[in-house]
Amino acid sequence: METVDKFIWVVFPYICMAIFIFGHIYRYRVDKFHWTAKSSEFIEKKQLMFGSLLFHLGIIPVIFGHIGGLAVPVSWMNAMGVNDHLYHIGAIYIGGFFGFMTLFGMIILTFRRFSISSVRKLSSFSDLAVNSLLLFIVFMGMYATLVTNAVQPDFDYRLTVSVWFRDLFFFNANPEIMANVPLSFKIHILTGFAIFAFWPFTRLVHVWSVPLNYVGRSYILYRRHKPTN
Amino acid sequence: MKIKAQVAMVMNLDKCIGCHTCSVTCKTTWTNRKGAEYMWFNNVETKPGIGYPKRWEDQELYKGGWQLRKGKLELKSGNKLSKIALGKIFYNPDMPEMKDYYEPWTYNYEHLTNAGELEHSPVARAHSLITGKKMDLEWGPNWEDDLAGAHITGPLDPNIQKIEEEIKFNFDKAFMVYLPRLCEHCLNPSCVASCPSGAIYKREEDGIVLVDQEACRGWRYCMTGCPYKKVYFNWQTNKAEKCTFCFPRIEAGLPTVCSETCTGRIRYLGVLLYDADRVLEVASTPDEKDLYKAQCDLFIDPFDPEMMALARKDGISEDWIEAAQNSPVYKLAIEHKLAFPLHPEYRTLPMVWYVPPLSPIMNYFEGKDSIKNPDMIFPAIEEMRTPIQYLANMLTAGDTETVKHSLQRMAMMRSYMRAKTTGKEFDESRLERIGMTAHQTEQMYRLLAIAKYEDRFVIPSTHREGRVNPYRAQGMEGFDTEGMGGWGTDSGGSCDGCGPASPSPTGTATKTGKEIYEENFYGGIWRD
Repeated sequence: METVDKFIWVVFPYICMAIFIFGHIYRYRVDKFHWTAKSSEFIEKKQLMFGSLLFHLGIIPVIFGHIGGLAVPVSWMNAMGVNDHLYHIGAIYIGGFFGFMTLFGMIILTFRRFSISSVRKLSSFSDLAVNSLLLFIVFMGMYATLVTNAVQPDFDYRLTVSVWFRDLFFFNANPEIMANVPLSFKIHILTGFAIFAFWPFTRLVHVWSVPLNYVGRSYILYRRHKPTN
Repeated sequence: MKIKAQVAMVMNLDKCIGCHTCSVTCKTTWTNRKGAEYMWFNNVETKPGIGYPKRWEDQELYKGGWQLRKGKLELKSGNKLSKIALGKIFYNPDMPEMKDYYEPWTYNYEHLTNAGELEHSPVARAHSLITGKKMDLEWGPNWEDDLAGAHITGPLDPNIQKIEEEIKFNFDKAFMVYLPRLCEHCLNPSCVASCPSGAIYKREEDGIVLVDQEACRGWRYCMTGCPYKKVYFNWQTNKAEKCTFCFPRIEAGLPTVCSETCTGRIRYLGVLLYDADRVLEVASTPDEKDLYKAQCDLFIDPFDPEMMALARKDGISEDWIEAAQNSPVYKLAIEHKLAFPLHPEYRTLPMVWYVPPLSPIMNYFEGKDSIKNPDMIFPAIEEMRTPIQYLANMLTAGDTETVKHSLQRMAMMRSYMRAKTTGKEFDESRLERIGMTAHQTEQMYRLLAIAKYEDRFVIPSTHREGRVNPYRAQGMEGFDTEGMGGWGTDSGGSCDGCGPASPSPTGTATKTGKEIYEENFYGGIWRD
């Protein structure tokens, strides 16, 4: 049992993170040509509008919420004047709001991808898999936040999951902390790590192409042949 | 002042017969690949009509090109910040869809030979190249050819809608113009400005606008940004593609494929020298009707020795200066003032220019006074108010005087040459009245009517000696080739968007471009 736990809560996350980092380096060096946002707006626009806007505008605050809940220790939060009560209101109401946005967006996007024949036809296996996996992860996250937290009010992920998560980055993770975490959290966490391992090999790479330097650059770009020597 | 060179094009619409040869040769050269079937880097539209994609000239709909906001030049689709901050990156409301162009299709020709015994003769049905399903064709790239359906689509033409009086699309009152269109390789390209990844660029050496396929991330703002809708989205590779102005040919001093194969010999290619430092100022001209003249002022007289000294300093070589002096584009657009940029009001400073068509107007008066008395053509041109306003809406932001002047010069050239070849007297003071000389008129005639190959195409070859390592330059310009070693699409290894499109959508196995190539080529000769 202990070996299994160790594998699931220590080895597996490290494997995922390693694939995530080296996979990106490899992909960027070998396959810039397929590195795109892979938008299907050109084929179908109406459903995409609702799905894509809800999902993207939802997932960005959700990511920041995860950072706040996982990376920031409770004591730091308290020091910043955010007590447990305030934190939970934020996590449940604000997190829930954006979580629902993400979930509805993902449902629309998945429905669209599978049901519209032209979009389905242009989707690779990886597109379909990422889509379904993301929907599942978002659903499990919402389930854990709203249902599990309500059913098991004495469980506090900030004292268990977050501690384990931070320790991973100090090469000091303790799998025992995770033993008594509710199943819904466990599934959410493991599938979450799994998608980081798939990330470099799927369309998700477009996240790293957010064109922030566009804002500062000049409008018209010229290129000229440079001497080779 | 920073002098740069641009290889530009002029099309003489007076001689375009709408045969689509340019489109077809372009397509077989550049876009006969999967994902690119719907793309026509060059297409020929019959005007009036809504065109390809539908209503591309309606910038209230597509938000292409530039506009002045408080006197400052800004993309019509919104500034840089709004593109990233307002969620437009997740959903671009101004982007055309495939159905605005057309859904590409093919026919199941095999069925004609393979069908068993049937009550009726077998028919090759249209099949979508996207889904493979049977299609009822309702729109295509040249659906409006020769005014087909113009009584329905004609009134929706944005150039028609700008004319206040009601236009009748009756048979006897109809007029039409062919408009071959390709990327304008603008001096102030809004597609380049729209690209958040910095993948689209203008080449300093010859002004050709290209998409770096490795840098493109498929954000698709260029499709919105280009008011001519000449940047396309490859639905297989998910990258932007556009007309390359056949840069490998231009670099070698050869005309583009569309120009080379033009049966009417309507296309001209030549060098223009321009002051790159003044581009922004000219594009910001307050009154859009002044844009055409402002754009003309941007070009540098290649016979001015002082200016040419500056050009040499900016790295323009001697053979390029000589080409600029012999440039048919400079002669037609700047010297004779016959050609105009398409829709200057988009403020992109387009570099494909059009000589407006005189023939539809002349034909209208055939057998009337104008033929007996050539001077009558001028009042006749006045009378054709509607077509002239229409041409002006396309070519000069609505300024009819400028277009009229060009038509009058061409009409005068015809009268002069007719008198000359039939041995009749011609009062040369008539030429002077519209600012022409006999020598100039004959030059115009030689360029427009005789249109010798070497007069139409004056293209200096590019100096790449020591500038580029061809091995490293692979994939930097235009399109990638087979076997880029990528994955991410179903075909596993090879690039799906790179080979010719599969002729049979219902076929059992789709062949890769490489396989089709190897099957069909034998010693470089295309077998059928």
